[in-house]
Order: sequence, then C-alpha cells, then structure tokens
Amino acid sequence: MREVAIVAFAQTRHTGHDTGLSEPELILPVINEVKERTGLRRFGFTCSGSCDYLAGAPFSFVSALDALGAWPPISESHVEMDAAWALYEAWVRLQHGDLDSALVYGFGKSSLGDLRTIMTLQLDPYYLAPLGLDQLSYAGLQASALGAEREELAEIVRRSRADGRANPYALDLPDPEGDDGLVAPPVTDGAAAVVLAAGDLATRLTSSPAWISGLAHRIEPHYLGMRDLARSASAADAARAAGVGKGPVEVAELHAQFAHEEIILREALELTGDTVINPSGGPLAANPVMATGLIRIGEAAQRILDGRNHRTVAHAAGGPCLQHNLVTVLEG
Amino acid sequence: MPSDPLVAQHVLEFPGGYTRTTGPVVGRFLSELRARRLVGVRTAEGRVLVPPLEYDPATGEPVTGEYVEVGPAGTVTAWTWVAEPLAAHPLDGPFAWALIELDGADTALVHAVAAENVKAMETGMRVWPVWRDRPTGHITDIEHFAPEVTKIVSPVRAEYRLQAGGSLRVFLEGVARGVLLGGRCERCAKVYVPYRASCPECGGIIADTRELPDTGTITTFAINNLPDPRAPEVPFVSAYILLDGADIPMIALVADVPAHEVRQGMRVKAVWVPESERTASMANIRWFAPTGEPDVELS
Repeated sequence: MREVAIVAFAQTRHTGHDTGLSEPELILPVINEVKERTGLRRFGFTCSGSCDYLAGAPFSFVSALDALGAWPPISESHVEMDAAWALYEAWVRLQHGDLDSALVYGFGKSSLGDLRTIMTLQLDPYYLAPLGLDQLSYAGLQASALGAEREELAEIVRRSRADGRANPYALDLPDPEGDDGLVAPPVTDGAAAVVLAAGDLATRLTSSPAWISGLAHRIEPHYLGMRDLARSASAADAARAAGVGKGPVEVAELHAQFAHEEIILREALELTGDTVINPSGGPLAANPVMATGLIRIGEAAQRILDGRNHRTVAHAAGGPCLQHNLVTVLEG
Repeated sequence: MPSDPLVAQHVLEFPGGYTRTTGPVVGRFLSELRARRLVGVRTAEGRVLVPPLEYDPATGEPVTGEYVEVGPAGTVTAWTWVAEPLAAHPLDGPFAWALIELDGADTALVHAVAAENVKAMETGMRVWPVWRDRPTGHITDIEHFAPEVTKIVSPVRAEYRLQAGGSLRVFLEGVARGVLLGGRCERCAKVYVPYRASCPECGGIIADTRELPDTGTITTFAINNLPDPRAPEVPFVSAYILLDGADIPMIALVADVPAHEVRQGMRVKAVWVPESERTASMANIRWFAPTGEPDVELS
C-alpha cells in the first residue's frame, strides 16, 4: 500500500444564504488557496463530489471545472455524492503508483431549493419516495428508534453551535430556542478542497503531512425498515477496517447532521470520553451538502498539519439515516 | 452590482413522470397491493422481508420465490410526528411516520399513520391499513395506516308519538295563546305550574286554573357544554325558574346573557316567538332572558 497524505486543506467561509456566486466562483478561491499552499499548479488526478439535484441542473459539476484550468485536458473524475468519496477515489487512483498528487474538491449550494424535499429524491422510487418521506421525517424515525434523552440531544446541539461560533468558516448560529426536539442541520452554501500527495512528494510539500493510515467505507440496505436504525453496523465495520481502534483518537470529526446521529456514531466508532468530538462545530454548525464529509476529513487533517494533534479520525456519511459510512484515520 | 438581487424561479420536473420497470419481486408486491393484499418474500434463511427486495440484505443472497401474505395489521416499532405536513406527504393534517412491523414479517414497512394527535401515538401500538378506493399497484394504494379499533360510536334514535290530553292539553292551549296556566290546590294553598289535575302533596283534585305572568326568578341553573339542537349555542344555560305567583319552579333555557353571568335570584322574562308562529308547544317560548331588575333574595 502506498503512503498517501493530505498536504493541504481549504474551505470557504460558509453562508446560510445564497450570496449569488456561481459554483465555479464558489470553488475558485479554495482551489487557488490549496494551489498556493502546496505550490502545485497541476495535479496528477482531479476528483470532485457534488449533486445535480442541489442545483436542479444536469452535469452541473462540468461547469465547475471552469475553476480548475482544465486545458490541456486533465485526468478528472466526479462522484455524485459527498466529496469524501471523491477523496477515496483519488486515494485509490494514487495506489496505482504512476501519479503522485491529486486534487479533491466538493461543493454544494443547498440554499437554491428545499433541501428537506430534495433529499426525498435519494430514496427508492418504489416504496419510499412516492410517500414523500422527507429528510426531517426519516431522521425523526431514526431518533425514535434510538430513543435518546432530549437533554443529551439538546446538549450536543448547544456544544456544536458554540464550537461553530468559534470557527470562522462555520455559521454564526444562536442556541436553539426552547425544546424543539429534532433540530435540523442549517441550510449552508460552501465548498472545500484537499490536496493528496504520495510518498516523498508529501514530505517535500509540507513538514507535517497528515498521513492516511486507514480509509474504508461500508454500506447498509437502503430501506429504513430493513435495518436497526438505532445502530450503524456499516460505520462500525468501516471503523474496524480503517483501524480506528489501533490507537487513541484525540479528535473525531463526525458527519452527524442530527444530534442523535452523533450518539450512534460514537458507539459505532467505539470512541471514548477522551476523544474531542467535532471541535469545528460539525454539520450542525455548517452543512454545505456534498462538501460536509470532505470538510470533516479536512478539519481532522488540519489539526495534524498544524501540529496540534497526532492521531485524528474523520467520518463521512451518505444516504438516508447514515446508510453509507466512510471512515478515515489520520496520523502525523 | 445592482442593489436588488437578480432572482429567477427554476423548476426541475419530468412531465408525466418517469416510467420505471419493477422487476418480478417489487412487481409482485405492487400487484398484490392492487388486490389489497400485503405480501412479503421469504429469504433462504427463512426470514420474511416486507416490502420484498430481490436480495437478502443480511447475506446478499437472492431471495426465494416464496411469497407470504402478511398483516394487514402491524405493530409500530418507531415513529415521528409531523405537525405541519409538506405538500408531498400523504395526509393534509398532522400525522405520524412510522416503521410498522406487519404481522408475520421480520422487517418493518415505512408508512404514514393517521392518529388523532401525538398523544395517540406510541411504540408498540397496533395499526391497520386504510385502502385507497381504486388501487393501482402503487405504495400509495394504502392511503395510510390507522390505529386499531378500540372504541366505536353507536347512534341511538327512537321515535315516539305523544298525545296531549287532560291537563297537559289545557296547559298547551294556554301556551298557544301566550299564557302560562297554573293550578292552585285549595287545601295546600300551593300554585303548580304547568297546570296539573291533582295536588302532588295531598292528592286532592285541583279545580282552580289561574294565569301566571311570564316573569320569574332563577332558583338554580346549570351551564351545559355539550351541544343540544334545542339550545341557541354552546355553552347554554338551563335553569329552574320560579314564575311569579307559583310555588314550584319550571325548567327552561336562559339566554341573551353570557353563561357565566347567570346567577341564582336573577329576574327573567319569557321571550316569545311572534304570534303568527305560535303553536300549542313550549317552543313558543324561545328562552328566558334577564329583565334587568334587581336580584331577588331567595328564601
């Protein structure tokens, strides 16, 4: 297995509203930032993550390539899901051994439509989507299956929003008022970019690369009634495959869009009380859909790039109720 | 930059919808649904998947060709309340989404439960499907699930034919003329209204008929919160009214006054329907209304 590291990470200052920037305009600053940080102008491989349903336009990722300088032709790919999976594809591509660098980016403007109902389109067209089951509804079913204490859930939201207020990239959100029960993740527009480098190139580009020591993803049945929603067997499998438990975890960035998901993920990843969860504020403080998972990896890597931590874990999720989970272990 | 944002509305839609093939497994479930039956498919390990999938989610193996009728009732294993339904939701009013384990199934079906309110929902409750009038082979052939029947409303109605002869006829003929008739017992010196033929105290014959005024005093009353077709509104007040010159109160409605202002000792007067509408019936008096006189001290 080739040693691959994250050598640069950049993200937008996310907004809770549409600023009017087009998608190439949104990603241009973060691409330029990682180019400046690494000094690389061209990359061996480029992969992005986005979702056409957010913009309601087919192949919307193609126009985003305008921000890259895609001529002469570059070696490029795209995943129609969170860019954490674009990072996985780039990591696999680097394992081939013929390329040493990769640019990964993700973007999403969830302000353009109603995310609650757009997420209905990811459900199967036979049994679930025709019912109009929306994102908040299926999250509510999972919260019910878990049966967590309201106070524990409220505390997770309060902590995440407080951490978010201290994070210049996240949204400045107040504590939720009253006892609202299920708190939805905020509508967020934003983008993020990561540079991967293999072997010697990584150590030439930065003095403290965030080495990817483990990376795995697992998936569960799509239909909500076919699995135990109170647990995440796939997150647990991915965590074991990535080797989360092989050492202490100082920080874990979890793609928990709802407070109850954090409880399920802490158990699946077997995180102890010593692990700091989502010091960035996590998706409850900023949730640029399709970039949120990559930002978890970037935030976890940045702590190693900065020398603040030695071993961190990042998690990304896709599908309804944590159906598909990707776990990354980063070491300095 | 213009000061006003430039905003355009943009809709993504597939006119007429997507045509999708179902395959034999999903197709079987939807065909059975059209016939108002719920079926699951058996896995090689013997579990029953509802709704059926082509593979066993636990092992990834293809399922068997054995379809098993399940339900129609089921048990709620998890639920979430929707206070404000979205346009795409199956119900217009508040409802619950639920995971429903149909009887005989090993997995749960996701569907809507129409419950009266959030307090009517609980994990473990029993629910039954309510079918669409004309099923077409679609998951929405089940309009929703409804809580198991645990109570019913039984209407009660019987008709009777009453004939007013004797003293009642005398009284009602008075009412037809706009007069309230009482009777006075010579022996007990008590005036009874409505007019009656015998004294309830001594059993003597009452021969003395006398006209009473339509004014009186409330001796006691009740505020009624259940609707009654004879009452003007809810809440309405029924009261015992001691007509001036009578010794026994008569029951009647009180209106033209807020229910909470009605009190013992209040002076009231009958409100009659117009003369042209009068019949030999107590309906001639709509109700009693306060006169505005000072209250009377009741002994």
